[in-house]
Amino acid sequence: MSRIVGIDLGTTNSLVAYVDEKTGLPRVIPDQEGRVLLPSVVSFTTEGVVVGEAAKRLLVRRPATTVYSVKRLMGRGYEDVKEELCYLPFKVAPCDGIVKIQIGDREVTPPEVSAIVLRSLKERAEAHFREPIEKAVITVPAYFNDSQRQATKDAGRIAGLDVVRIVNEPTAASLAYGLHRLKEGVIAVYDLGGGTFDISILRVKDGVFEVLATNGNTHLGGDDFDRAIVVWLLDDILSEHGVYLGRDTEAMQELRLAAEAAKVRLSAEDRTTLTIPFEEFTYRRAITRAELEGLIEKLVDATLGPCRMAIADAGVAPSDIDEVVLVGGSTRVPLLRRRVQELFAKTPHSQLNPDEVVALGAAVQAHILAGGITSMLLLDVTPLSLGIETLGGIVSVLIPRNTTIPTSAREMFTTSVDGQTIVDLHVVQGERELAKDCRSLARFELSGIDPMPAGMPKIEVTFLIDANGILQAQAKELRTGKATAIEVKPTYGLSETEVERMVEESFAYAEADVEARLLIETRNEADTVITHVERALRQGGELVPVEEREAIREALEELRRARAGDDRGRIRDTTAALNRATEHLADVMMDAALKAALGSKRAAEIMESD
Amino acid sequence: MDHFQVFGLPRRLAIDTVELQRKFYELSRLHHPDFHQAASPEEQARTLEASARLNTAYRALRDPIARVEYLVRLEEGRDTKEGATVKPKAPPELLEEMFEIQEALAEAKVGGLDEAGRAALVAPRDRLMVRLEQENARLVGPLTQGWDAAAPAERQRVLAAMKEALATRAYLGTVIDDLNDALGESLEGYVTHRRH
Repeated sequence: MSRIVGIDLGTTNSLVAYVDEKTGLPRVIPDQEGRVLLPSVVSFTTEGVVVGEAAKRLLVRRPATTVYSVKRLMGRGYEDVKEELCYLPFKVAPCDGIVKIQIGDREVTPPEVSAIVLRSLKERAEAHFREPIEKAVITVPAYFNDSQRQATKDAGRIAGLDVVRIVNEPTAASLAYGLHRLKEGVIAVYDLGGGTFDISILRVKDGVFEVLATNGNTHLGGDDFDRAIVVWLLDDILSEHGVYLGRDTEAMQELRLAAEAAKVRLSAEDRTTLTIPFEEFTYRRAITRAELEGLIEKLVDATLGPCRMAIADAGVAPSDIDEVVLVGGSTRVPLLRRRVQELFAKTPHSQLNPDEVVALGAAVQAHILAGGITSMLLLDVTPLSLGIETLGGIVSVLIPRNTTIPTSAREMFTTSVDGQTIVDLHVVQGERELAKDCRSLARFELSGIDPMPAGMPKIEVTFLIDANGILQAQAKELRTGKATAIEVKPTYGLSETEVERMVEESFAYAEADVEARLLIETRNEADTVITHVERALRQGGELVPVEEREAIREALEELRRARAGDDRGRIRDTTAALNRATEHLADVMMDAALKAALGSKRAAEIMESD
Repeated sequence: MDHFQVFGLPRRLAIDTVELQRKFYELSRLHHPDFHQAASPEEQARTLEASARLNTAYRALRDPIARVEYLVRLEEGRDTKEGATVKPKAPPELLEEMFEIQEALAEAKVGGLDEAGRAALVAPRDRLMVRLEQENARLVGPLTQGWDAAAPAERQRVLAAMKEALATRAYLGTVIDDLNDALGESLEGYVTHRRH
């Protein structure tokens, strides 16, 4: 069987991993610069598409055409996401049930954006193995519904990958842990990533990883922590400087990135200072860990309800849980660790890197599917109940949540009018009693029924949830034994023809010159440096001698000329030269900033002592 | 093939769940699609179906009450769908109390909940939960043993008793849910009764 890689397609970062045949251990694959994490950011520039670090650098300068956190939009309708669109600098519009992102005069769907990230990882793996990679296991949040899973599968196809399995992130993580130190018992995996939250309770016994229950929230993660900080900063800037920056997309990106960085620092430090140089003023603000915790406490507590429900559904008591494992970058937050510890009355652990463990687990599952491991078996569950709408809009549950997959259910349907040849079914997912409160999955049209008096036809529909957690359906008229045609109209998803078209378009993109893309990335890097230097000269140029300023201006002009051409080597070298020319200026400015910060601190101390 | 046959078990209600789990893992290793990726599409479809059947059977048999529900369905020849099959029915001796509960619920709906109103809901809720536990104990205890010991001629009688207990249980569950909803404590109710 050909090689299968494991991919963690994350809200913030994505990774690709494989199992090393010699050691039997999973490894993440770094890019040529040795970086393991690929930022899940895609920027559409006039020269072409940029992905990863290069795209991340464009977040501030090209906010309207640089897409991030697209995972939050996968398999979603406009109604689901409209609340948070004010935080996104790019334009999202409703379109046939799903949403589309408007980039200038072109529109892209979330699966197409994800496909660009996946393709980059595919190329990374191909460079590593020096062979084509065509198969992958891709992870999704355990609480993803059918549409979100299908959208992820579509993204894989558009990227030219055969997605052999969709695996739940917390369960993938448990596989990675299982391989390291196989300890039997009941474990809880608490997974808080950039945009999603999952809790899974598993029993590990005799090499079988049986998921007992899962719960979560596919719209809760580190992104929301950042937003809470940004909202607070906006308020603070308004009162300090009298400007409201909420509608300035570039400033908002600066704030978001600074908030994220401050949040990360506050996991290790008790206080930190945030410095953001805007055009008119430099914003500086000290923030303590206690202040951060005040801002995010509600969000952290919102994860505890799903944990309790998962424990109850698993049929275990918190004291039965032997181990609690933390997964996802957001679990580095100390407040969260305290809350998890209180809830489970156990010290949670995270020996494996929480950023990498899901990808490592995906690689293990890939290896199982390739036949490389036969001692381990993962038995996962479907996170949401599957039902059909009956008279009066009531849901009749066919497959309850937390049923081990694959699983199937059969149900009989008939006609209500004489001679009726078509029956419509509405399939939903969720825990509410009314169909309108659940997630609409699809409308099924059973057609080709022989005309009979009402109530005579006996149509048996088999609903099957496969090992990916995705629904398949078959129908049969029992009197005639004839298979009944089912046309599935997904409520939130791409049609088969749309996916086909996107696959073709992406091939065209894949054949585009690699050199052209490298040139774009080099130019983008040059642009970033040019912007920084221009700003530094404006704000701190007076701090260095005239000759030095002139030398910098000359290096700047040199880079501008190089950037206009298409000699990648020259752009790279002149960028480096400009960086060298400004090293001293950067030091001087940092000194000045430090002095200013110390000065204001001293002032604050004097005021306190008064 | 019924769920008992999937595990090679006779149609009896007393089941050693530790042994059932061991067998479940063993059969999973045999049928799970993960281990049949290189097989032909027809073979893959067969293992997918076998695996789905195994998972459904395990879910129905591992829990002693779900097991009784399944047996009732099976004996009545309606084994297509999972979940509750009997209509909730109020036990006659509770009818008067039910009437009072409905009144208290209606009052709470109109006038909101004060201290006395809460107490008027909490006391019956707790009584009903005790009653529900009794019904569960009857199902997994005497009725389960009764079925396994019954001669073929007595089976219909035991089956009828089990159906009655299940109907009472379903009814109690619904009323407890309503009371919890009114008390704003529906989280636990939602987990324990509504879907099981």
